[in-house]
Amino acid sequence: MKFNKFSYLMKEGIRGIFLHGFMSFAAVCVTVACLLIVGLFSSLVYNLNIMVDDLNKTNEVIAYVDENLDDAEAKSIGSNINHIENVQESTFIHRKEALEQFVATYDNPEYFSGLSPDTLEHRYSIILMDNRKLTETVDALRAIPGISDVEAANELAEGFTTVQDVLEIVSVLVIAILLVVSLLIISNTVKLAMYDRRDEIAIMKMVGATNGFIRLPFIVEGFTLGMLGAGIAFGIEWALYDGLVGRIEQMEMAKNFLKFVPFTELLGPMVATFVGAGLFVGVVGSWTSIRKFLNV
Amino acid sequence: MIEFTDVVKSYSVGTQALKGVSLQIEDGEFAYLVGPSGSGKSTIIKLITGELKPTSGTVHVNGYSLERIRKREIPFLRRTVGVVFQDFRLIDTKTVYENVAFAMRVIGAGNREIRERVPYVLELVGLENKGHRHPTELSGGEQQRLAIARALVNNPSTIIADEPTGNLDPARSWEIMSLLQEINNLGTTTLVVTHQMDLVEKFHKRVIAINDGLVVSDGMDGYKAYEIQ
Repeated sequence: MKFNKFSYLMKEGIRGIFLHGFMSFAAVCVTVACLLIVGLFSSLVYNLNIMVDDLNKTNEVIAYVDENLDDAEAKSIGSNINHIENVQESTFIHRKEALEQFVATYDNPEYFSGLSPDTLEHRYSIILMDNRKLTETVDALRAIPGISDVEAANELAEGFTTVQDVLEIVSVLVIAILLVVSLLIISNTVKLAMYDRRDEIAIMKMVGATNGFIRLPFIVEGFTLGMLGAGIAFGIEWALYDGLVGRIEQMEMAKNFLKFVPFTELLGPMVATFVGAGLFVGVVGSWTSIRKFLNV
Repeated sequence: MIEFTDVVKSYSVGTQALKGVSLQIEDGEFAYLVGPSGSGKSTIIKLITGELKPTSGTVHVNGYSLERIRKREIPFLRRTVGVVFQDFRLIDTKTVYENVAFAMRVIGAGNREIRERVPYVLELVGLENKGHRHPTELSGGEQQRLAIARALVNNPSTIIADEPTGNLDPARSWEIMSLLQEINNLGTTTLVVTHQMDLVEKFHKRVIAINDGLVVSDGMDGYKAYEIQ
């Protein structure tokens, strides 16, 4: 394609945006609104997931070491424990330390002054990556030579698992529905914009324009509007997120158990989603909408 | 050259618009196509511009066989046929100059070519001083002249005018017909679809009359021959 032809088509695409200002404005507004809803909902779900995950991590598994093993042997088991796939981290607790922790939980430590640490076992406090695999992990821990017993709060783990499962299903469903609805609304807006231009397209066809020539300015226009919508939505999303999180974290009641990740942590996936959706909606929207006007 | 041989065109709803039309218009010829509404005139134009394909028979236009033309060849066929419509079909958001230049852009013409050619055709149709106006600022006759300039700018070998004077008063109609005549004198094959008997009679050219999907008269006898049918 010759440069002057290419630059003409680019210019036509950009000109179209201003020429059909109201339709362009409508398309950008719809894109912004839809992406904003999807973006805010997904960041909410992302944070809820992290909060549940954090709570989940307070649920530790205790693996007791066989009392016949000496200190060095007991410590060496740690590497076997860490080899288990689902183990995120394990901390060795010496029987002395275990006794101190035990005594500290009572108001009158002097009652336990005669108690020898030898009455307790060395132990490992283990945090799992995924509590849904608790049973398998407990079995794997039990199978390690030198582990005498394993203690795990099964019911608590199941509770967390259920919450996470429900959250996952609901969020995937809601995001999918929101995305589909957004795409439908946006592609309809693009179609309306295209309908507004049907006469121009018919004239282009009449004077012998190829389909590619007719399509390119519309694709440039769709791309620019899609990107513009995505950019604006991204900016508003960022400001809203920071504002809302700041407010929530200032609240006395909420600040102890509600923790939000900073927006910068969401930056990568958000940019990818917004740019992807903007591109898809703009380019695919104009490509498919223009098809029926080209059959002349 | 335009050549129809035994052309039948049926629509999916069951109507038969053309029932075996044969006609030939030589290069550089001027002809009127006349006939009542629904007689098949529009179908003939749509067949010439590749908007429709014949159900049977053959249609040859400027070297293209339209019964087997490929979709991607149609734009190139249309570049050889300039079309002028009763309702002008101009782009109101573009100026007079841009409306004409647009037709050249569409076929990939360069800037210099456009700068040379557009003023020439605007002068040919008498709009050389109105390049910066918008179509809505022009009279009906001027708008039609602009449409003719656009149809001409890519130097097509054929011009088809579909009721070009349908929206104009008699004086403007006369101007447009004279302009089409001049264009024909420059060597462009010209086919004019019209209802205006007086104009057809005055110019004394070949008249192809069509009725109910068939050519009912074809010759220099003008509109009368068609009326006798």
